Amino acid sequence: MKTHNTPSNTSRRDFLQSGAAASAGLIVGFHWPAAPVAAQVPAPANMSGATEINAWIHITPDNRTILKVARSEMGQGSSTSLPQMLAEELECDWSRVELSEAMFSEHLARNRVYVSTSTGGSRAIRDSQAYLRKAGATARVMLVQAAAEKWGVPAAECSAASSVITHGPSKRTMTFGDVATAAAKVKAPDDVKLKDAKEWKILGKSVPRFDIPDKVIGKPMYGIDVVRPGMVHAAIKQCPVFGGKIKSIDAASLAATKKMRGVDEVLDMGSYVVVTGNNWWRCNQAVKSLKVEWDVGESGNVSSDSIKAYFREGLAKPGAVGKSVGDFEKAYADAPVKLEAEYYVPYLDHAPMEPMNCTAEVKDGRVTIWVPTQSAEGSAAAAASAAGVTPEKVEVFRQQLGGGFGRRGAFQDFTRQAVEIAKKTGKTVKLLWSREEDIQHGHYRPATLAKVQGALDKEGKLIALSGRVAVQSILERVRPEALRQTPDGPLDPQGTTSFEDTAYSVPNLRAEHVYRKTHVPVGFWRSVSHSQNPMFRECFLDELMAKAPAGKRDPYQFRREMLQGSSDAARRDLGVLDAVAKAAEWSKPLPASMFRGIAVQDAYGSHAASVVEIEKRSDGKLKIKRVVIVVDPGHVANEGAAKAQIEGCVIYGLTAVLYGEITIKNGRVEQSNFNDYPMMKIDETPEIVAILAPSGGFWGGMGEPPMAPLVPAFLNAIFAATGTPIRSLPLKHSGLTFV
Amino acid sequence: MAITCEINGKRVTLDVEGEMPLLWTLRDELDLKGTKYGCGIAQCGACTVHVDGQAMRSCVLPLAACEGKKITTIEGLAPENGGKLTAIQAAWIKHQVPQCGYCQSGMIMAAVKLLRDKPKPTDADIDAAMTNICRCSTYVRVRAAIHDAAKAAA
Repeated sequence: MKTHNTPSNTSRRDFLQSGAAASAGLIVGFHWPAAPVAAQVPAPANMSGATEINAWIHITPDNRTILKVARSEMGQGSSTSLPQMLAEELECDWSRVELSEAMFSEHLARNRVYVSTSTGGSRAIRDSQAYLRKAGATARVMLVQAAAEKWGVPAAECSAASSVITHGPSKRTMTFGDVATAAAKVKAPDDVKLKDAKEWKILGKSVPRFDIPDKVIGKPMYGIDVVRPGMVHAAIKQCPVFGGKIKSIDAASLAATKKMRGVDEVLDMGSYVVVTGNNWWRCNQAVKSLKVEWDVGESGNVSSDSIKAYFREGLAKPGAVGKSVGDFEKAYADAPVKLEAEYYVPYLDHAPMEPMNCTAEVKDGRVTIWVPTQSAEGSAAAAASAAGVTPEKVEVFRQQLGGGFGRRGAFQDFTRQAVEIAKKTGKTVKLLWSREEDIQHGHYRPATLAKVQGALDKEGKLIALSGRVAVQSILERVRPEALRQTPDGPLDPQGTTSFEDTAYSVPNLRAEHVYRKTHVPVGFWRSVSHSQNPMFRECFLDELMAKAPAGKRDPYQFRREMLQGSSDAARRDLGVLDAVAKAAEWSKPLPASMFRGIAVQDAYGSHAASVVEIEKRSDGKLKIKRVVIVVDPGHVANEGAAKAQIEGCVIYGLTAVLYGEITIKNGRVEQSNFNDYPMMKIDETPEIVAILAPSGGFWGGMGEPPMAPLVPAFLNAIFAATGTPIRSLPLKHSGLTFV
Repeated sequence: MAITCEINGKRVTLDVEGEMPLLWTLRDELDLKGTKYGCGIAQCGACTVHVDGQAMRSCVLPLAACEGKKITTIEGLAPENGGKLTAIQAAWIKHQVPQCGYCQSGMIMAAVKLLRDKPKPTDADIDAAMTNICRCSTYVRVRAAIHDAAKAAA
């Protein structure tokens, strides 16, 4: 298996010898053995002689199949599972499949032939499946038709398997390669029948991922690894207060910085300073040595406390109503058992392992960028705008992402900056942010304050539920038209997640968003509003049901009885809830030292439920022992990769719950690196039981849905263990100790 | 100042600042891009290499401290193993460990060193030796792959 990336007319060795890569540091004649093919200078895609059957599928005379990949690989495995969809219907030989990047320029020139290059919102698989499977099936029909015409037999007598077409009655065979050129001239059928999932041989299976062998040998493939002829490195320091700008740079420090070894230029870019040079470490040392005075404006007075007070002020008044069922106020007023609780979660940074970066070249009115991006189209738009050209003048070479989690999608600040610097210097520039810049200049999961109210009747049944959620709008930054204007302010549908769209039968329900705006940039963090709102609903329910007149309700049965509705959402939520209870043996009592919590929530088109088990030790310390998660995504594209997404979501979520917190002081982020924004490691990782329960009939997402039930299930386990509900994150402030 | 060391079996003399971290010498002077930058303060382990057989975080190791040392990076692992993938790398493929893969060079360097010290590591040994950060959270598979590699190497 090979992957084809981008053709280049300069070989890696050529420009190593030209001296671009070695900044004169190497003084002894020395040659590395021919390096593995680098992402930035790949072997020219061997597509010569390949015939395009359709935009996604090329076939070579020697019967290789080259499949285009239009979405980004950030570890979720979609560069394998997307081709699995094409190959399943195409009936090609999987062992002779090669991949090729669908280039942005071609996408644009051919009227967006690849539909979308965006990778986010757990959409890569579910949004692509219909047109990719159809593209595979269409190409197969054309290949079979071409073979039938060559043989002069009805196409209905021919079939395709493993890149070979067989004429049934005569047993004659031809390869896809034999008929590719003829097939390309066959009129594409308008309608093709797709296989039933039961017939799949490649799709759905744990096919080994294409990208993994290169990742265990350290092959350069990430944005940070890009090397271009004549390229300079760039390190950056942005105004620590969002929205601020440079007031002045101390002249003495500027003069001294310019003299530092390896420094090429020191640039005042308005809201950030940049040092370019021949080695990124030198550039970063230099940029850190600059004494910059910043004009921060009024935002310099903002703190996490002031933001929280402003959010609380918003909660005192009604918000924009996203949904109202029955009469919440009356039901709540009359109810025998009621509860009101306030929940808080902080800002969170994505902190992918590879800090933000982009390499850019602006030359002859054209812009070329090499960037790890979740959206080639978004990167191209940012680059075009920064350079003052139209997107048609931009070429994007997508690099492997060292993690995305939503940070490398909608907000392309790093791309914009790289292009601005390249334009200003006239050089090819690789801009790399330090980890400190990465953490202090994120687009954060919004801090959120919520007031939840609910009531039970005498039988302990939920009769009223209200969620009023004060949170900034992410959507207004990218699609302001998605907000609904109401008499009580703008309504962002993400504000009312879990309340507005709950699958539970609740006779009196109200969901409100309290629109807030601060200078802190907010963005799409893995699972977005599903990282916090399910906690507000599902933890509240456990607290409320503990007050039932006849005694604490069983959290599983309590949820079960609210999911008896006939909607798809209720039916599927009930399916995963039952499945997780069964897998975790909910009906069996736990040892006295063990406690558990349960939660269910649908998200991104999938349905997920979780049970988390924790141990309470004799010294009061807690240990997360086991996480069981069941996801029903309708269909699964690659079983192994899908399970890895569950495993990944669990730790990403638990890390946030235990430690995750970005705080603001004097308008700026207080955290700066993994020492004060810590991550879970292997020693804290519990057993994870990841279960896929595809029920068919729909396609849901995989990268984010597991987060939704995980967080409340974990917090409900703590409530069960301690009797004290968790209403504020992270847990490091809760007084609890985890081992 | 000129500093001489051995990198992946080759003797190299470099004229760079003694305080330049080994990481940036490897990446930007020698074009060995497999070793990754994650934090710059020895917190994440993405930059882990072997220095005289010890797993070290190259982002805080000044080049001056590498004088006369033997350094192995991810690129040098297979060549050092007779041109074959190490048992750890093979297990990484078998268990489909990497997701984004960015931290995995460092993860693998730490795991190879662990198996050299403890051919049959316990879970507690793994917890103690594998302190690398992975944001994709491949930890479950890292543990399984290390145990499997230990079995395969036995």
